[in-house]
Amino acid sequence: MTTPENEPARPTGPRPSVFLERQSYRRRRLADAARMLPFVGAGLICIPLLWPDPGPENSGVPLSSAILYVFSCWAALIVVSLLFGFAARRMSSSEGSAAESEQWPR
Amino acid sequence: MATLNVLILVCLGYVVLLFGVAFAADRMAAAGRGKWLRSPLIYTLSLSIYCTAWTFYGAVGNAARSGLEFVTIYLGPTLVMISWWWGLRKLVRVGRSQRVTSVADLISSRYGKSNTLAICVTILAVLGGTPYIALQLQSITLSFSIFAEADPSGLYREGASVFWVAAGLAVFAILFGTRNLDANERHHGVVTAIALESVVKLFALLAVGIFVVWGVAGGVTPMMERIDASEIGRWNVDTGRWMAITFLSAAAFVCLPRMFQVMVVENDDESHLRTAAWAFPLYLLLMSLFVVPIAVVGLDLLPAGSNPDLFVLTVPLSQGNDWLAMLSFIGGFSSATSMVIVTAMALSTMVSNHVVMPIWLNTRENASSMSGDVRNVVLMARRVSIAAIMALGFFYYRMSGGGAALASIGLVAFAGVSQILPALVGGLFWRGATRTGALVGLSVGFFLWIYTLLLPGMGGNVMSASVIENGPFGLGWLRPQALFGLDGLDPMTHTVLWSLSLNTLAFCLASLLSFPSPLERLQGAQFVNVFDHSVAPGGWTGSVAQSEDLMIMTQRILGAGPAQDFFQAEAEKQGVRGRWPEPTPGFLERLERELSGSVGAATAHAMIGQIVGGSSVSVEDLLAVADESAQLLEYSSQLEAKSAELSRTARKLREANEKLTQISRQKDAFLGQVSHELRTPMTSIRAFSEIMRDTDGLSAEESRRYATIIHDEALRLTRLLDDLLDLSVLENGQVSLNMGDASLRTVLDRAVSTTMAGADSPLTILRNLSAERIALHSDLDRLGQVFINLISNAQKYCDAPEPVLTISAHDVGGQAVIDFVDNGSGIPPDAQSMVFEKFARVGFDKAGGAGLGLAICREIMHRLGGEITYLPGQGGAAFRVSLPLPHRQAAQ
Repeated sequence: MTTPENEPARPTGPRPSVFLERQSYRRRRLADAARMLPFVGAGLICIPLLWPDPGPENSGVPLSSAILYVFSCWAALIVVSLLFGFAARRMSSSEGSAAESEQWPR
Repeated sequence: MATLNVLILVCLGYVVLLFGVAFAADRMAAAGRGKWLRSPLIYTLSLSIYCTAWTFYGAVGNAARSGLEFVTIYLGPTLVMISWWWGLRKLVRVGRSQRVTSVADLISSRYGKSNTLAICVTILAVLGGTPYIALQLQSITLSFSIFAEADPSGLYREGASVFWVAAGLAVFAILFGTRNLDANERHHGVVTAIALESVVKLFALLAVGIFVVWGVAGGVTPMMERIDASEIGRWNVDTGRWMAITFLSAAAFVCLPRMFQVMVVENDDESHLRTAAWAFPLYLLLMSLFVVPIAVVGLDLLPAGSNPDLFVLTVPLSQGNDWLAMLSFIGGFSSATSMVIVTAMALSTMVSNHVVMPIWLNTRENASSMSGDVRNVVLMARRVSIAAIMALGFFYYRMSGGGAALASIGLVAFAGVSQILPALVGGLFWRGATRTGALVGLSVGFFLWIYTLLLPGMGGNVMSASVIENGPFGLGWLRPQALFGLDGLDPMTHTVLWSLSLNTLAFCLASLLSFPSPLERLQGAQFVNVFDHSVAPGGWTGSVAQSEDLMIMTQRILGAGPAQDFFQAEAEKQGVRGRWPEPTPGFLERLERELSGSVGAATAHAMIGQIVGGSSVSVEDLLAVADESAQLLEYSSQLEAKSAELSRTARKLREANEKLTQISRQKDAFLGQVSHELRTPMTSIRAFSEIMRDTDGLSAEESRRYATIIHDEALRLTRLLDDLLDLSVLENGQVSLNMGDASLRTVLDRAVSTTMAGADSPLTILRNLSAERIALHSDLDRLGQVFINLISNAQKYCDAPEPVLTISAHDVGGQAVIDFVDNGSGIPPDAQSMVFEKFARVGFDKAGGAGLGLAICREIMHRLGGEITYLPGQGGAAFRVSLPLPHRQAAQ
């Protein structure tokens, strides 16, 4: 039996490798989401094409609804892009500190 | 009421304001102040030159004609901006790391610095830019005409005003765009002015929109009701156009030269894209927010048939709101000016870099070293090309008649520049894309664009109606607006579909079938894998760490003293005390020049580029560095060869010197010996003649003996002098040979009998008479002299009790070889090399010659074409005389 004093000093705190992996994993998935965004946007923009053409007696989709839809989608894309921008900034600024903790303490 | 004069004054005042802003921004940037000049906000606002006068006026017109379709023009760029993570980021990184100056430059450097490709892109961009500039002219002219109608003085003439607007914009663009020559540097002034203009136009459009919604319609809900009640009140868009224009505007957003200029070339920091990714779509959204309301209210309020393209102006005017109209006029004016300035800058850079400069440099091959000269030419080329581009725009406007709707002209330009897209995207993402592919694809797309869109759009005097109706030469499937029988499509959709798909197809096929050059492949790898090769370049101003790095590098190259002096001087020039100078462009340029003196221009550029981080080292840099190294290597190998040659010469000189010294020593020794040799007989002659003079009563016997001695010594002297004379004659080559024919035996007989006559020593001579039947052609007397000398030497010096001299003759390979071997003790080895030297005597005990005999023999044999050598190891003294035989003898 070894006493606690005889145990070799282990690095304390979370294992940096696991921590880093999760961090970079998150970052990569975030980048994936950012890559997907334009395709989502393109899909949203194409949806109005499925709307029915105006019939003879003022049927069809009123222009005000179309405006609401298009501008809402647009605004949503902007907001999501803004969030991605902030996330990317946080990621890139935490990159430096993550790189420092990559090494085991000596 | 705002008169035309007021309007013109306002325009001029606005231009002066822009100049002031640009000038102040340039000054601030040069002084290193004004961090906000490089902020993401300015970058985003500068991107808004996408919104030209076309957008400002034409969007409303478009909305009035076809409802919500106008929004596609903005949705395309929005999609591009939100895909910055894998699209624009790469483009900007490549542009910065390759120090790209224009979209043509980017394409050309991706495909192995092909200037042909650059010229193609330039032509395409100019042709695409021309209708666009015509559009700006048209919009300004139209807006003027609106005010002119209201002006009571009525002095307005449309044709003249277009000309003056074009001329004014050209002057404006020249003054603005070519003040700063270095296209690599960011035009902080211009960018700031554009940012201001974008604020102005947004503000103007929002003001009109707010006025319309809350001032005219009375709120959002009534506005919405009004929209639904209007003639465009139902969702009704052409599916093809909706998708085609969205795609086209996305493509043009990347490919338009002016967009490339502000987005890539003027980009200060890659991270600005992160902000622009949401801020620019927001700007576009705000720009288009009130378009439909303005259009609907315009349709409602204004009389039928009024131009919907000018609703932005006419709606406030009709409501009597002159100041709002003036503001919106300024907004439209700013949209036009900023677009024209940046387009002219970007196009003139392309034209001067890829068309004018190559031609100019080719015609004057030696002039490229005179940089000042080139600078002037570049400046001139840019000014002239700006003027030419504006003139083209003007003529396009006149030819097209100025009647077509604004939006359709803009779309023509969009479709033109979009032809660059396949080559651009392929170049960024596909390593297999080749120069040939890009060229073929561009040509196909370019041709189809001209054929299906540009020419039909220019009216009947360019392409006849019958061609449009029935196709060229009656070939129906070649109809420009129904290619391959694809009829019934909107012309724009038709062009986009055919030109871009065939362009891409041709590009891919030609790329697959062709093989890229090495430079192309290198550049391809650098472009496609740009994130592996380069680090994110940040802003470089104000970083002291870089100054320190620069200092360390400079010290290594220039040495500590000069480097510190240089930095000190720079710091004083900048007014900085106690620390290193800021790495301003001017300082970096001087430093580069200083370093290039030591390591070569390309190396210096690459080193500074590495430290400052403005760009990574490009393949051209590497090639230039390799070139310089090769030159250095060649130079050093030349030096090496020269130094080897020098050391060879030095060795020869040393040898010659040694020889001369030796000869001089020999001459001294010779003179000494000669005087010694002369003095000995002279002494005895003097002594005996003194005896005979001074002694009385000498017996006859004695006096005869003394006289004999005197006579003998005199003879010896004479002989010595004769020998010396003989030798000198022989050595100087002045001897005239008396050639004759005889057999060797005769010569030897004569020599032996001469030697043995009166000799008392018992020398036995052994000869092989039959072997001596060799016919000679030589100077027989001289040859006899050699033989006599050798025989008498044996007679004198052979120390055997019964001296025997063996003379043997051979005919060896066309040479008569005669050996004289005696049975004495021979010549000691250390003296063997000396026996042929003058005055060399083996022993002094035996009186005799002066030691000139063998020297004379050697000279004689040399003259006769033969030689005399000592044969060691023959038992006694052995000499070999060899003599060339006459040819006819040898031939027998």
